Amino acid sequence: MIQSQQQNLKPFSIDWLTLVLYYIFVVGGLFCIYASVYKEDHPLIYDAGMNYGKQVIWIGISSFIGLLILLVDEKFFYAFAYALYGIAIALLIAVLIMGTSFRGSNSWIEIGGFRLQPAEFAKFATALALAKYLGGFRIKFTERKVQYISIGMILLPMAIILFQNETGTALVFGSFIFMLYREGLPGYFLFIGFMIALMGVLALIVPPLYLIIAIGVIAILMLLFIRRNRQNILIVFGVALAFIIYVGSVNYMFEHVMQAHQKSRINVLLGKEVDLKGAGYNVQQSKIAIGSGGLTGKGFLQGTQNKFRFVPEQSTDFIFCTVGEEFGFAGSVGFIVMYLLLLWRVLFIAERQRYKFNRIYGYCVAAILFFHFTINIGMTLGILPVIGIPLPFFSYGGSSLLSFTILLFILIRLDANRINELQGSFE
Amino acid sequence: MDSSVKRTILFLIFCVIGAVFIVRLVFLQLLDDSYLRSAQNNVLQEQTIYPARGLIYDRKGELLVYNDAIYDLTVIPEQVKNLDTTVFCKVLGITKNDFIAKFEKLKRGKGYAPYRPSLFEKQLTIPMYAAFQEKLFDFPGFFVEVRTDRKYKHSNAAHIMGYIGEVTDRDIEQSDGYYRMGDYMGISGIEKTYEKDLRGVNGVRYILVDSKNRTQGRYKEGTFDTAAIAGKNIALSIDQVLQDLGEQLMRNKTGSIVAIEPSTGELLALVSSPTYDPNLFIGRDRGNHYMELLRDPTKPLFNRPLAAPYPPGSIFKVLESLVGQQEKVLTPATSYACHHGYLFVGCHAHSSPNQLRGAIAISCNGYFCQVYRSIVNNPRYHRVEEAYNSFHDHVASFGLGKRLGVDLFGEGAGFLPPATYYDKVYGRYRWQALTTLSLGIGQGELGITPLQMANATSSVANRGYYITPHIVKAIAGKPNPNPEYNVKHWCTVDTSYFPIVIEGMQDVVERGTAYIARIPGIEICGKTGTAQNPHGKDHSVFFAFAPKDHPKIAIAVVVENAGFGATWAAPIASILLEQYLTGKHDTRPALVERMLNGNLTHRDDSIPATKSETF
Ligand SMILES: [Zn+2]
Repeated sequence: MIQSQQQNLKPFSIDWLTLVLYYIFVVGGLFCIYASVYKEDHPLIYDAGMNYGKQVIWIGISSFIGLLILLVDEKFFYAFAYALYGIAIALLIAVLIMGTSFRGSNSWIEIGGFRLQPAEFAKFATALALAKYLGGFRIKFTERKVQYISIGMILLPMAIILFQNETGTALVFGSFIFMLYREGLPGYFLFIGFMIALMGVLALIVPPLYLIIAIGVIAILMLLFIRRNRQNILIVFGVALAFIIYVGSVNYMFEHVMQAHQKSRINVLLGKEVDLKGAGYNVQQSKIAIGSGGLTGKGFLQGTQNKFRFVPEQSTDFIFCTVGEEFGFAGSVGFIVMYLLLLWRVLFIAERQRYKFNRIYGYCVAAILFFHFTINIGMTLGILPVIGIPLPFFSYGGSSLLSFTILLFILIRLDANRINELQGSFE
Repeated sequence: MDSSVKRTILFLIFCVIGAVFIVRLVFLQLLDDSYLRSAQNNVLQEQTIYPARGLIYDRKGELLVYNDAIYDLTVIPEQVKNLDTTVFCKVLGITKNDFIAKFEKLKRGKGYAPYRPSLFEKQLTIPMYAAFQEKLFDFPGFFVEVRTDRKYKHSNAAHIMGYIGEVTDRDIEQSDGYYRMGDYMGISGIEKTYEKDLRGVNGVRYILVDSKNRTQGRYKEGTFDTAAIAGKNIALSIDQVLQDLGEQLMRNKTGSIVAIEPSTGELLALVSSPTYDPNLFIGRDRGNHYMELLRDPTKPLFNRPLAAPYPPGSIFKVLESLVGQQEKVLTPATSYACHHGYLFVGCHAHSSPNQLRGAIAISCNGYFCQVYRSIVNNPRYHRVEEAYNSFHDHVASFGLGKRLGVDLFGEGAGFLPPATYYDKVYGRYRWQALTTLSLGIGQGELGITPLQMANATSSVANRGYYITPHIVKAIAGKPNPNPEYNVKHWCTVDTSYFPIVIEGMQDVVERGTAYIARIPGIEICGKTGTAQNPHGKDHSVFFAFAPKDHPKIAIAVVVENAGFGATWAAPIASILLEQYLTGKHDTRPALVERMLNGNLTHRDDSIPATKSETF
């Protein structure tokens, strides 16, 4: 073993592109938050600056924490991965028992006027713990036991968060399937995951009976075209039965387990219910705002729609409306392309890591960011259910900005070490 | 190289999602211009359509409560532009400081949002409303909302009607989003009990307005609008004529009248005196009127028939006669001698001895003290407490000592002491019949509300059961809306013990203490009472039902500080019985005149009672 060099941070080793993209999104988000609350007149009525004022503070805090992360020895994250995971789980349980209720969910801790959401921090903690476990010596994802343990590590925080009524955040943990795919999960799992998501949505739109019949018909058709040996028949029947049970239980969950506000949000999206004041109203107004932007938008601070009645979520979950309205099609496409660029860069960084730990963590980052990007913009455009999850780096909200900053900066820190890695290694 | 292929696959998936978004944007932003038009029309405005509140009728279909238009000034703060505050304040008759204060207050209100209408000034006067309508275009962001307030046609039955008032922050929170700042809801009386039926369902209208606040039309042709659903009309069981006559007879007197139809439990009249005009509780000055009434020393807001506890006096003798027979310590032939009372309980002069029927007719205190003693000292029970508890339970089965469950708020439970109460006062095993002897004539620690008194009378009239008294007869034309009010509550005294007691009660009116209440041609069964009052002159009490067979009405009258039952309570009850049963009350004009003009308010309540006066 070669003695490892002193692992100081070298500025040139930081991935500057990622950092620049990060700041473009953060500062751009700030401008959009400002735009979404901006009023040209009426000082009498409007209390200026609450949201973006707070956001400036949060950007400051996040930059400071980010800097600290860059200064920490990168072994720290490896050494404390399990501890951080344990702390996150403990916090989740604590908040479940005594958290403050806010916006229909029970998942916030209040510290000096700022609300924190442990579920946000559970994301990177879980990513670190998974990276450490799967990156371990002689651990192969193809082993059954390894699969069970790693999936258990994902399901534990997911379950607790579900109990807090934060369905959206819980679903984020499902995105780790992308990382598992990279680490050896067979490709058809991705396909099955996609099917499960599709069936879930279909189960809510189409009466379950039709869906079950459709599944049966497809199964029979498949039997006609494949070789009918005992094993194949069993597999087809098993899969069909599993889907039927799944469809039935999705419907049952929806009718009996879900809270009223979640139900109505989903119903509105599916066109089963008209709720102009609630979720449907937001989506409707969101579409009007984006649609009215046209090719080039109305110009910064010139938007009219997003200021209107877009109640509390205008600067958090529906921030993309501001982009759509004030910067138009050009701005929106630019935004999406930039986001894809960031995602590509994260994947690129992940893949160039020499250590499994770093690589797995990198894929986790990409997966989480991608999931948020998809769900958030999808709901703003009215093609996915209104699940209240923010757009990373861009939405208003300290808890989410801070946690995404930590998530990303840990990756930057791990990556910055790759030059040292050429000479030394863990152990 | 397998791994970088996987990376490429993942990135392709990301790009597919991005492409889907871009395609969607093409449709939203480039191809479909309906969103652009929606946006040009600018602002979606939500208007609440308030439904008409349900009307209230009496049992015969006479209208009691209806609605009247009022005008509220609301504001959508973020639409206020270039407001000439001087002119504005002049129209409204306020100062500029008031204006700022009002805005500050409105901003602190629950559910405030700059884009949502908030109540700025409620109940504009008609001239103000007219002036405002003229200048409304000068005041963008301000609107006059029309809604309705209550009007009381007969200015009576205030305690039954209750009133409606503005919702509080707590009501808004508890209503699960139904009520909003500035909404009205029932605060007491029937308005409160049947709020959900009376209020109907608010409707919503979405309209588009341009930046100058001019209406551009309905949003999506009104697809999302919901119509208001009018409140349900309610028919009360009250007889408006009887109620009104009762209130007139009680004028300048303090007390209560409760009349019940025994076979249904429907309340025919519920008078609380002194009372007030329910029309005081509407309009801009409702708050001031409320404070005045609250400070009034005669307590006009106190709902006496439901909540005021009185010692029951002679009603208890009737109940003892029934319980004594049920417990087999008394028969119609039981005879007790009385020489001006029994031990320390005095009695008036009368022939002696008497049997049960005679004792009821002359209301002999001595006789009923003996009956009470025999009940509590019943050798069937091992201990006095057991015998007393059995007595307590029998009496309670007539609805005493508990809330009956009338459909009005503010009902009191009264007080019927359980054995444990005496254990506490005297010590366990340290008391017996004689200790609690005053109970035998319905005095002492007992408290019974006029409602309970009338209900017990109704139980006697029904020969052994009662139906919970209630005031609603039909909701939206559907009779008997509450199934609870169809249930017979059986007393624990057998029906066969009632006739002899009822004979005695008839004697009371035909030739006994309540001769004054007699009406030729109507068989009235009643009983006078004198409720001991430690704070002043005794209360005059009378309860009765009529006719004797198939009773149509049971009534209890309490006139505070009015002395003997026969003096005030019995004639008032008699006039009301006549009115209800014959439809008029003109056979005894002198008596009616005397009752109507009787003024008992000059008496000084604060003089302590002298005990000797009681018996
Ligand atoms: Zn006597």
